Amino acid sequence: MLIGHQPKEFLLAVSGLTVSFDGFKAVNDLSFYVEENEIRVIIGPNGAGKTTVLDLICGKTKATEGSIQFRGKELTKLKENEIVKTGVGRKFQTPSVFEDLSVFENLEISFPRGRSVFGSLTFQRDAKVKERVEEVAEMIFLKDKLSTYADELSHGQKQWLEIGMLLIQDPDLLMLDEPVAGMSVSERAKTAELLNRIIKNRSVLVIEHDMKFVEDIAHKVTVLHQGQILSEGTMEKVKNDPKVIEVYLGH
Amino acid sequence: MIINSRFFNRSELIGFVSLAVLLFLILPLSLDIFRLNLVAKYLTYAFVGIGLVLCWGYGGILSLGQGVFFGLGGYCMAMFLKLEASSVANTKIQSTPGIPDFMDWNQLTAVPMFWKPFYSFPLTVLAIIIVPGIFAFIIGAAMFKRRVGGVYFAIITQAIAAILTILIVGQQGYTGGINGITDLRTLYGWDIRTDHAKFILYFVEVVLLFGCIIAAQFIRLTKLGRILVAMREQEDRVRFSGYSVANFKIFAFCAAAIFAAVGGAMFTLEVGFMSPSFVGIVPSIEMVIYTAVGGRMSIFGAVYGSLLVNFAKTMLSESFPQLWLFGLGGLFIAVVLAFPSGLSGIWADYVQPRIDRLLSSRKPKAAWTESSVADGAPAE
Amino acid sequence: MFGDYSLGDLGAILAMQGFAGLILFSVYVLMALGLAIIFGQMGVINMAHGEFMILGAYVTWMTSTTVQHYAPWLFPGYFFIAMTLAFIASGSLGMLVEWAMIRHLYRRPLDTLLATWGLSLILQQAYRSVFGAREVGVELPDWMMGSWQATDSIQIPINGMFVMALTILITIAVSYVLFWSSWGKQVRAVVQNRVMAGAVGINTEKVDRYTFGLGCGIAGIAGSAFTMIGSTGPTAGQLYIVDTFLVVVFGGAASLLGTIASAFSISQTQSTLEFFMSGSMAKVITLLTIVAILMMRPQGLFALKVRK
Ligand SMILES: Nc1ncnc2c1ncn2[C@@H]1O[C@H](COP(=O)(O)OP(=O)(O)O)[C@@H](O)[C@H]1O
Ligand SMILES: [Mg+2]
Repeated sequence: MLIGHQPKEFLLAVSGLTVSFDGFKAVNDLSFYVEENEIRVIIGPNGAGKTTVLDLICGKTKATEGSIQFRGKELTKLKENEIVKTGVGRKFQTPSVFEDLSVFENLEISFPRGRSVFGSLTFQRDAKVKERVEEVAEMIFLKDKLSTYADELSHGQKQWLEIGMLLIQDPDLLMLDEPVAGMSVSERAKTAELLNRIIKNRSVLVIEHDMKFVEDIAHKVTVLHQGQILSEGTMEKVKNDPKVIEVYLGH
Repeated sequence: MIINSRFFNRSELIGFVSLAVLLFLILPLSLDIFRLNLVAKYLTYAFVGIGLVLCWGYGGILSLGQGVFFGLGGYCMAMFLKLEASSVANTKIQSTPGIPDFMDWNQLTAVPMFWKPFYSFPLTVLAIIIVPGIFAFIIGAAMFKRRVGGVYFAIITQAIAAILTILIVGQQGYTGGINGITDLRTLYGWDIRTDHAKFILYFVEVVLLFGCIIAAQFIRLTKLGRILVAMREQEDRVRFSGYSVANFKIFAFCAAAIFAAVGGAMFTLEVGFMSPSFVGIVPSIEMVIYTAVGGRMSIFGAVYGSLLVNFAKTMLSESFPQLWLFGLGGLFIAVVLAFPSGLSGIWADYVQPRIDRLLSSRKPKAAWTESSVADGAPAE
Repeated sequence: MFGDYSLGDLGAILAMQGFAGLILFSVYVLMALGLAIIFGQMGVINMAHGEFMILGAYVTWMTSTTVQHYAPWLFPGYFFIAMTLAFIASGSLGMLVEWAMIRHLYRRPLDTLLATWGLSLILQQAYRSVFGAREVGVELPDWMMGSWQATDSIQIPINGMFVMALTILITIAVSYVLFWSSWGKQVRAVVQNRVMAGAVGINTEKVDRYTFGLGCGIAGIAGSAFTMIGSTGPTAGQLYIVDTFLVVVFGGAASLLGTIASAFSISQTQSTLEFFMSGSMAKVITLLTIVAILMMRPQGLFALKVRK
């Protein structure tokens, strides 16, 4: 497979990653590599460990074994907020936005400046911040909702807002956990359009069930099953892999 | 500064001005010095309340140990006054003249080292801020870095309040025990027990209170204030937006501790003594209820809550002592069940709209930058 | 401070203090058991738990005086009647409270804490109005008095052993109910997924009410045991609430075995230390140790790894 490559060519190099919850290995000796500007989709049945992989990369869960190299930095040793600063952004499976704050404030909090206690006390809402917030709001179809409180948004709009909060961080690696789940058909189409626009100039790791959506965007697909890689490659290759057909696409 | 282009929105400004008029003019002019001193005593709890608004209302961190910081501030001040009151001339009849009476009663022959700095007033003032600040920092760092929060934090702070009380009561020789530090007289030779002194101290306290209100309002309006709200809702999202959640919690907790300590120090000056009965579990949780009654999200609410609940307490426990606990207990339940945003919520829901209709402003709706600042969080 | 005693003396002291701590241990276990059920299974912080215990203590006291007065022949066995009544009284009050207050506050644990604190104030005042501010104590039947001479230097109080045995029985019964009975399965189903449990036909409201009632009922029994070590007054319960919460948290909420182990270590530390220093310093040191350990191991001693 990819054995011959030097790890530093990759943006993200996950190797031998294992996490065990009281003996249960949710992710088991997992290795995969993501290149610059690559769009990688992870698929797999429920409970395969997809969300856990993202949790491990962004530091929410600590790995039992293995390493995660991002631009040559070892992520398993960093705290969550430090991982964010190296350029990894993460969207959760259920939309998590700040419901008691307005759309503007939600985006502003994610603006990468003044992240220390002192910095946030002296943070100024200057022209640059406003410009960037408006720009991102435009992208996520929420331009005219800037002063709306996030709890008044629809489910789909919340998903977009959370994506917007990642965009404003301008991460090199964007990780999205089921971004179109629970969306209406028209919202889905808009989200695909949105994703196609924002994935330029960065690598993206997406978990998704919607096969049509996956075919549309994926450069490469990784199929996960019981914490291990079942198959990896182009959508075409994966689709025709008998093992995959058996455990996943078959039903 | 852009974010502070409007420090108070209109209703906050009304709240601020009316509170200033009430505390600076109406109360001093209409109350006799005894009642005014009572108000001053009630207001010392408002300092605690303002801190709790930041830490609990905004940050979602419920501390049931604010009495600890109130007490630390109070004891620092009390020790200074006590040392001044224990001059050799005043304490000739003791077996060791020149040390506080309670130390003498407990066979101490010298002021212990850790109380020595309290011979100096500047050091005392410093200690009032620093000691509770550091203590809160240690507790906060130990707990928040390990992601202890919610009810666990509440219970542990409560245990700390219990520990400190038992310690103060047990270590009579160093702390004055159950009676506390009493018989305080002068500050730099100025007798704090006279009516005139009480009058002046009242104003000193109100000025400090407004200082705290402005500081809290400033914090609330910065991005830090919004991060506190964000953290309360979605801690993980804040973390994955690149912030160290623990540091922000520590900040809020330390700020609340320092506010409480200032209140405690003023309490000692107003009332003339300090005792463990203002440190433990019961006073600490009562301070939370003053804040809840005023509205846990409202800085002004904290002031009114402290005034009203304490006023009710004095009235009821003077005339119907057995009713007071029923009243206080009922208040806890009612505020939590029926009025989670307290008096300020009632004001915002029922009174404010009427006033607005009366004034029926013809101004167009504020632009988003302004309104998102002004309405960043519900307040008075 | 250990220097003044020979090793043999020290052993005897530790053993004696250990047995003296038995009743405290039993009260802690029974209180903590109730709290752990309510907190661990329902996520509710019941600050009025001490008052439910005191209700049990008052019921015990009333039973003892009534029996003494009207049916002296029953006196030797009155404790069993008293305990049953205490369980029923505290349990019913608990169910009433759950219906009137707690059920509106699920998912807001900090608010349950404040509201139940309010309830505790009301109950304290109610006890004061009904029973007076004076503390009352019960008389023990003859067979419970005295102690058993284990060796020539070790004596074990009989009431201590009695309460101990009772505690073990109740603990076993509670574990049975929670872990093996079908009702316990329902409780745990509700804990894990309220919506799903409702969907498969479990009456979640009823489960909540009975769980809360059971927790409070056990506190009532703790109150019965309590009458043997302390006198009952309106505010006596408040003194125990923080300690018992620490017992629960220290043991790792939701782990019954952890609760028992933690009650044991805390009560034994406390009563052993009490021999060497003043009661208040013993308490300070015990509490400080717990808080320090909790700061290092916030999940408690015996917590399971759970998904957040
Ligand atoms: N913190 C945790 N503790 C225990 N088990 C966990 C934890 N996180 C995930 N799991 C388990 O790991 C498995 C994989 O979960 P997840 O990554 O959410 O699957 P997916 O996202 O692929 O549906 C599941 O069986 C889940 O129960
Ligand atoms: Mg998942």
